[in-house]
Amino acid sequence: MIRLENVHKSFGSNQVLRGLTLEIPKGTSMVIIGGSGTGKSVALKSVLGLIQPDHGKIYVDGKPAEQGDRDAFLARFGMLFQGAALFDSLPVWQNVAFRLLRGSLKRPKDEAREIAIDKLRRVGLKADVADRLPAELSGGMQKRVGLARAIAADPEIIFFDEPTTGLDPIMSGVINDLIREIVVEMGATAMTITHDMTSVRAIADNVAMLHEGVIKWTGPVADMDASGDPYVAQFISGSAEGPIEAVR
Amino acid sequence: MFPLTLLARLGRATMAALASIGRVMLFSVSTFSHMLRPPFYPREFLIALLQVGWLSLPVVGLTAVFTGGALALQIYSGGARFNAEAVVPQIVAIGMVRELGPVLAGLMIAARVTSSIAAEIATMKVTEQIDALVTLSTHPMKYLVAPRVLAALLTVPALVAVGDIIGIAGGYVVSTQSLGFNPAAYLKNTVNFLELRDIISSLAKGAAFGTIAALMGCYYGMNSGRGAQGVGRATKGSVEAAAVLILAANFALTGVFFSL
Repeated sequence: MIRLENVHKSFGSNQVLRGLTLEIPKGTSMVIIGGSGTGKSVALKSVLGLIQPDHGKIYVDGKPAEQGDRDAFLARFGMLFQGAALFDSLPVWQNVAFRLLRGSLKRPKDEAREIAIDKLRRVGLKADVADRLPAELSGGMQKRVGLARAIAADPEIIFFDEPTTGLDPIMSGVINDLIREIVVEMGATAMTITHDMTSVRAIADNVAMLHEGVIKWTGPVADMDASGDPYVAQFISGSAEGPIEAVR
Repeated sequence: MFPLTLLARLGRATMAALASIGRVMLFSVSTFSHMLRPPFYPREFLIALLQVGWLSLPVVGLTAVFTGGALALQIYSGGARFNAEAVVPQIVAIGMVRELGPVLAGLMIAARVTSSIAAEIATMKVTEQIDALVTLSTHPMKYLVAPRVLAALLTVPALVAVGDIIGIAGGYVVSTQSLGFNPAAYLKNTVNFLELRDIISSLAKGAAFGTIAALMGCYYGMNSGRGAQGVGRATKGSVEAAAVLILAANFALTGVFFSL
């Protein structure tokens, strides 16, 4: 469903993506792992058009991502950002219902609020959170609101950027379980980037190891431990010894 | 070797400056283009009206009242050197309406509004809120930039008008309470001396300065670097650019109105 073909992206002299090729079949959950600065976020943002690749092609359902109606294209996606990226000036329910209050998916205000509260419940938050401002919530609650926003319009494709970064292990487990449940329940195609191996095992159907801007290994999560790939093995073990330089 | 190096540096600096001007021009054209095309965001516009206009009133008013009072004292003491103390009402009026009202309001808006817009948008950029807007099918230029610039374009002339009146009132209070001017004669001289073109020039300058102030805040915010340092640089750069451009635009507009 999503295919990245030989994607290159540089920022000045820093070559981040150097021919990334990856395919994510429809309805599956792909987790991209890799060290900091290897281009995971750039790959994800390239699919959404937030970053323009210098070279290469990205296809969604066989169609080039940059062609066609942009609003209709983005309406198919939901995204959970690393820091949740909630809008400070809007109460929680308006953050969740943002897409439902304007644009092509606009609904009456009461209906949008109802949907927002329903989605908040889905991620384990009570209705009384709806009228609070994002700054009044803990990090874990903000992540859950971000997750509720990502699924508010029932997207076909959901992206998760470091969903458990900065959370304690229990809250990480809650978020991982929620992501897995939601992806299965909605039948959505998911693309997650993370360093957290617990998340990988909880969320992934397939895993891709990104290093120096290219995919070093990809396969089902069940095969990951026995992949035989030195990059994957080093990443799983967290060892300083191996092909991935500890000092980058 | 040395002159060539110097020339190369000068060339690079000139190219960089021209590129910056080009980027600002393109940003401005894009802003006005988004301002005219739907979707529109009335809620964001109303919030911007409140932030830029209503909440800036105290600082603009206070600046104007003190400046009007000080201007009256300066003109009185300066005029006394050649027995021209009586021109205080006329000079206060023309000074406030043509120059000081719009320029001081513009600079106060640059300090208060430009910095706030730049810091807010830069923080949104750093925390990926602008990326989030895009993924939610909302164009940041339409949602963040166009409402703020339109609000400044419309409200700063009103602020300037109020500032002009308050500045003249400051001069009036000082002149009638401390300098012995007759209140009725002071007001009559002020009203009789001002022309419609003075007021039009004041309001036109207000519109131009408001637009510059909001555009610079938005431009620097949208192009901010990473982290707290990026936000700080964007805020500082926006205020510097807005202040310099407001003063340059004041000179240019004064020249235009002078030649009419």
